[in-house]
Amino acid sequence: MSDSKILVSAPPHIQSELGTKNIMWMVAAALTPAAVASLLFFSWRALVIIGISVFSALLTEALCELMMKRPLTVSDGSAFVTGLLLALTLPPTVPWWIPALGSAFAIAVGKQVFGGLGHNLFNPALIGRAFLVLSWPLLMTTWQWPTSSLSWAGTQMDAVSGATALGLLKEGFFSNNSLSLPYLQMFYGNISGSLGETSGLALLLGAVFLLVYKIIDWRIPLAYLGTVLVLTTLWGQDPLFHLLAGGLILGAFFMATDYVTTPVTSGGRVIFGIGCGLLTALIRRFGGYPEGVCYSILIMNAITPLLDRLTVPKRFGEVKKDG
Amino acid sequence: MFLKTFRKGIHLPGHKGLTSSLPIEILPSPQQVVLPLSQHIGAPAEPLVSVGDQVLLGQKIAEAQGMVSAPLHASVAGKIIAIEPRPHVCGKMVTAIVIENNRTDEWAPEIFPRHLDPERAESDEVREIMKEAGLVGMGGAAFPTHVKYNLSPDQPIDYVILNGAECEPFLTCDHRLMVEKPDRIVFGLRVMLRAAGASKGYIVIEENKPDAIAALNRAVQGYPIEVVPVKAKYPQGEERMIIYAATRRVVPVGALPAAVGVIVNNVATAFALAEFIQSGRPLISRIITVTGNGINQPKNLEVRIGTLLEDVLNYCGGFKGNPGRIILGGPLTGSAQYRLDLPIMKGTSGILVQTEAETPKTAPSVCIRCGKCVDACPFNLLPNFLGLYCEHDQIDKAEAYGVLDCRECGSCAYVCPARRPLTQMFKNTKNKIIAAKRKTS
Repeated sequence: MSDSKILVSAPPHIQSELGTKNIMWMVAAALTPAAVASLLFFSWRALVIIGISVFSALLTEALCELMMKRPLTVSDGSAFVTGLLLALTLPPTVPWWIPALGSAFAIAVGKQVFGGLGHNLFNPALIGRAFLVLSWPLLMTTWQWPTSSLSWAGTQMDAVSGATALGLLKEGFFSNNSLSLPYLQMFYGNISGSLGETSGLALLLGAVFLLVYKIIDWRIPLAYLGTVLVLTTLWGQDPLFHLLAGGLILGAFFMATDYVTTPVTSGGRVIFGIGCGLLTALIRRFGGYPEGVCYSILIMNAITPLLDRLTVPKRFGEVKKDG
Repeated sequence: MFLKTFRKGIHLPGHKGLTSSLPIEILPSPQQVVLPLSQHIGAPAEPLVSVGDQVLLGQKIAEAQGMVSAPLHASVAGKIIAIEPRPHVCGKMVTAIVIENNRTDEWAPEIFPRHLDPERAESDEVREIMKEAGLVGMGGAAFPTHVKYNLSPDQPIDYVILNGAECEPFLTCDHRLMVEKPDRIVFGLRVMLRAAGASKGYIVIEENKPDAIAALNRAVQGYPIEVVPVKAKYPQGEERMIIYAATRRVVPVGALPAAVGVIVNNVATAFALAEFIQSGRPLISRIITVTGNGINQPKNLEVRIGTLLEDVLNYCGGFKGNPGRIILGGPLTGSAQYRLDLPIMKGTSGILVQTEAETPKTAPSVCIRCGKCVDACPFNLLPNFLGLYCEHDQIDKAEAYGVLDCRECGSCAYVCPARRPLTQMFKNTKNKIIAAKRKTS
């Protein structure tokens, strides 16, 4: 007895095995199929972009924390996930400094200035992407069709360039049936688009993993996707096309479910999902951009605190106060 | 089959296999018992004996004081060797009566069976019996039982619910009692129904105890009592949750179960009541589960109240390796202790010994707003926000978000991936609010 140390602590004395770190790395694991798909479709260039983005995110996190004399949290996986997510939203043609700068901005301005993990208002990866789109619109909208012969040495013109499916829709290509894409090809992801957004199959594999392990709540993705499907159907557009094109699946399952920047209440989550869906559909139909996932989620991030406050659930046994 | 249950809550690994099939053993009476005067909620009992007195087994040695209190009985026959402050589970020193066992187990002359017909008993008579037996809630809260039945006539009681959920992991004492003594439990419930003027009794048991459900289903034949199997989910045994599961009635916040016509007692309390009526034995012993991976021989034991932890642990083969944490009660709501000279009290349901490996010292980190606590809280609170308010001492906001409705079941802190000590923060804040209210009133 004498040399043993007996812990005295407040209850509960057991805890679930799922810690913050596990959750972050599980999200990273869930994104792996999409990362692998990007490698298959866009060759090793995808790997380099992902690598630079992740490295830049981790480095920026460490530098910020060193500067602010805060404990280092690089190993908690959250910066890794931010870097990975941002990379997956980039076109495969971007020069190397784009992911480096984007991730640095995402971590420094999107997360650390707010106080680090848990305190940021906006999804850091999307902040990084929005920054890049606003600053270098051309680089961020130069697309290519999947190919396996692409090198950093060659100019980007060497690549087989091609607009994204949503870009084509915006420019009116599909209205006169001059071009259409088979659903199956879109589902596999063998189309033009950002690195990790093209393969619905790979993304859904990861999403199912997160849903089964209850890492993410089904409410936001379901409300999000459902709203887009309903609205595009009402407008006489092809709902399945809208589901598979662009970053909707990536956004709905991996960005709109970010814990820190989305509501905690069930009601708030449903409204959040519907709001994202509404904004995405509106931007795609009426906006200047072909795609609206990024800005939809960022706008809804901004009203998350309000949603939490408006949807405080009724307590068990709560009695309505008179007057 | 749809099992009854409550909303939200958490699923826990049960760990009940360590002891669930072990019959209740009787722990030989110890050399000494330490009986704190305060083993219940309410005023401490007042000693009726002095140092040097000889007492007999079951003799009343301290009398209840005031409205909410319970008397105390000698759990061994022998000599009073001290009435002095002794270490108590609450962490402070509390006056206790210490009896040196003379090993005769000679019963006091007032110990005799009451010939009471449960269907004819008068409410006042039963309340007096509950008080004389020294009954308190044996699920852990230790609220004096007779006070619960002190009902106002404008709140008629429809149901008495016996809590046999035993939703805390590791504990199996109620389970074994239900398997081994179903008839006594049912007898106790019949008396309780009569005392409450209730028309129907429920015995609520989690579905993971099919043998207990079967045993009680046989024992309730012919009585207005229904055995209700419920989902194995934590905190099923929480008073308001068990009422909701069995009757769909929701106890308003700030009110007692009697407000919706229900009284809840633990199965062990019903058993103790039957023991007193049928054999004359007051509450001088109880069933506990000694369990965990840090103990050599886990057991279900009948122990005399006042037996010291070390006597119980020695009987169970002592520690396996170095103990990491010693918990009185279950892992979700029990209290961690560091000394072994504490007595088993009326409300002690078990001793859980965790290994060093099971007690990682995790530092709490920042809330990542995952919402797992929100999905867990059976009272529909928002523990993440409450935690932030408590952390920053925003007490008025914490109160507005319902911190006083927290029953400290521990579900939120269990699921929190950031390891935030939510339950502890709520408890502290509740204490501050209650203290401030006392000061102003």
